[in-house]
Amino acid sequence: MRPLTEEETRALFEKLAKYIGENIQLLVDRPDGSYCFRLHKDRVYYVSERILKVATSIPGDKLVALGTCFGKFTKTQKFRLHVTALDYLAPYAKYKVWVKPGAEQSFLYGNHVLKSGLGRITENTAQYQGVVVYSMADVPLGFGVAAKSTQDCRKVDPMAIVVFHQADVGEYVRHEETLT
Amino acid sequence: MVCTQYSHLSNAQGRVTLLFLDSLTASLPAEPPDLHLVHQRIKDNVEVLQDFRVKREAGRARQEYLALLRQDLAAYYSYSDFLLKKLMELFPLPEALINRGVNLDPLGKWSKTGLVVYDSSVPIGATPEYLAGHYMLQGASSLLPVMALAPQENERILDMCCAPGGKTSYIAQLMKNTGVILANDSSAERLRSVVGNLHRLGVTNAVLSHCDGRQFPKVLGGFDRVLLDAPCSGTGVISKDPAVKTNKDERDVLRCAHLQKELILSAIDSVNAASETGGYIVYCTCSIMVEENEWVVDYALKKRNVRLVPTGLDFGKEGFTRFKDRRFHPSLKSTRRFYPHTHNMDGFFIAKLKKFSNAIPKMQKDEESTVETASPASAPEVAAEPQLKRKKLERLKVTTGQKKQQQPPSKGGSVQRHKRPSPRRLGARPPARKQHRVHRNRQ
Repeated sequence: MRPLTEEETRALFEKLAKYIGENIQLLVDRPDGSYCFRLHKDRVYYVSERILKVATSIPGDKLVALGTCFGKFTKTQKFRLHVTALDYLAPYAKYKVWVKPGAEQSFLYGNHVLKSGLGRITENTAQYQGVVVYSMADVPLGFGVAAKSTQDCRKVDPMAIVVFHQADVGEYVRHEETLT
Repeated sequence: MVCTQYSHLSNAQGRVTLLFLDSLTASLPAEPPDLHLVHQRIKDNVEVLQDFRVKREAGRARQEYLALLRQDLAAYYSYSDFLLKKLMELFPLPEALINRGVNLDPLGKWSKTGLVVYDSSVPIGATPEYLAGHYMLQGASSLLPVMALAPQENERILDMCCAPGGKTSYIAQLMKNTGVILANDSSAERLRSVVGNLHRLGVTNAVLSHCDGRQFPKVLGGFDRVLLDAPCSGTGVISKDPAVKTNKDERDVLRCAHLQKELILSAIDSVNAASETGGYIVYCTCSIMVEENEWVVDYALKKRNVRLVPTGLDFGKEGFTRFKDRRFHPSLKSTRRFYPHTHNMDGFFIAKLKKFSNAIPKMQKDEESTVETASPASAPEVAAEPQLKRKKLERLKVTTGQKKQQQPPSKGGSVQRHKRPSPRRLGARPPARKQHRVHRNRQ
């Protein structure tokens, strides 16, 4: 376990900024204690200092996880967000997409969101903007990338993809073994 | 935030209130209600309740909405009004689940968070509510040890054998995600599900490790509370794993018991007796064997400075103080046993221990070995040396582990010295038992 290097921090923050923009500030400067990012076995964890203190006394090879896992660095040093970061992305998300109850299940099985399943979408969403996907009951279901801007969404046919799937809470069941 | 709406059906605020108005004035006369309408109204009503301040109709109280919702749910799912009221008092989750076609009930008087699922038309482990972390599936008996543990906010808690994470998540819930939970399990394989479950349920105060539980005070000590859900023969959960009926014999039980004794000692050693709020250990197994339960606790009572305290659970059977030819400490009455046939949950055993001194009464064992085996003169020296080492270790642990209290090192030492001439307690024990213990120690 170690703090992130300059490049890693940049890669992480660039990725986070796609979803929560300048709200990253709120993740780093929290009123309820100091929180930090730590790298352990290529995974990035977001933990409070107090929990970190406990974790440091555990031998590295025995430590499995701490705090919240945000994602991992690939072998080519790209950062991939995991669905486990959803708890922190959802409250700060700048752009959101709501899916209809009928399309909920399809998204939870790892499919893209089609126009026919689109409930509503934040105005002024640009193409390829990172978005958090909600059910109509405002339960966060996952996140992805807008395939079309809000304007274009109006025009496309019902079977066109409007949000590319990146992660969904169904992965807790489907990919339990790769979450960390 | 400005939102573009694509669906004309959902979330139209005007429509929600309109329907509500209709329904209240013409609230279900003699003719049978139109189920589609009722269902729609339930959905709309729930929507309003979720954001009550914004979406409610001016002048209507939450009670009115709730009353209507209860009435509709009772009509739609043919529940009695009484039962539904009870369900809705618990928390809003039942409503969401009943909406998905799940048949459930409140668990009992003793738990406000538990619900029993009888049957379900949907896979209960894959509903969107489950995936979003609104609930966790586990045996009713798994709630009990955590309730006995009664974790407080901002404590340091150790869950020694945590997989698959049900109890850990309940601990985190009771602590409101404050403090630190060290969730440990010896199997890295089984920890994967813990990672998934804890992240799904939004537990952020946990550290997961896969150390051997027996190494514990060495890895990290000074916890306020420890939950030891010891690995066992599983004789209490035969309903879940019928293989136990045939593939367990005396040796398995004794092997488990041996491991449990080692684990309970390291659990006790990891607790800081000087903790202001805690100093408790909860030992539980899903076994109903005396060898794995009362016997283990009785052993711990003799080996460490702990005493049994009431578990805080007002039901369940009292633990045995005597079983066949064995006599246990009378305080074992305050432990609790649960049986499948009487309590309608898994067979279970829970004991809550309070540690009253950090010192380890070690001399007891050494004296015992010298006295009972009548070993040659060299034995005490051999025994004394590791003891010294361990004592050092203990001191080291105390100083590094708990920075808050400055006094423990010296205090611990003094208490230890105090404790040394304590074979008085030994003498009180029946001789037959002694032999047995020595025998087991050697095994």
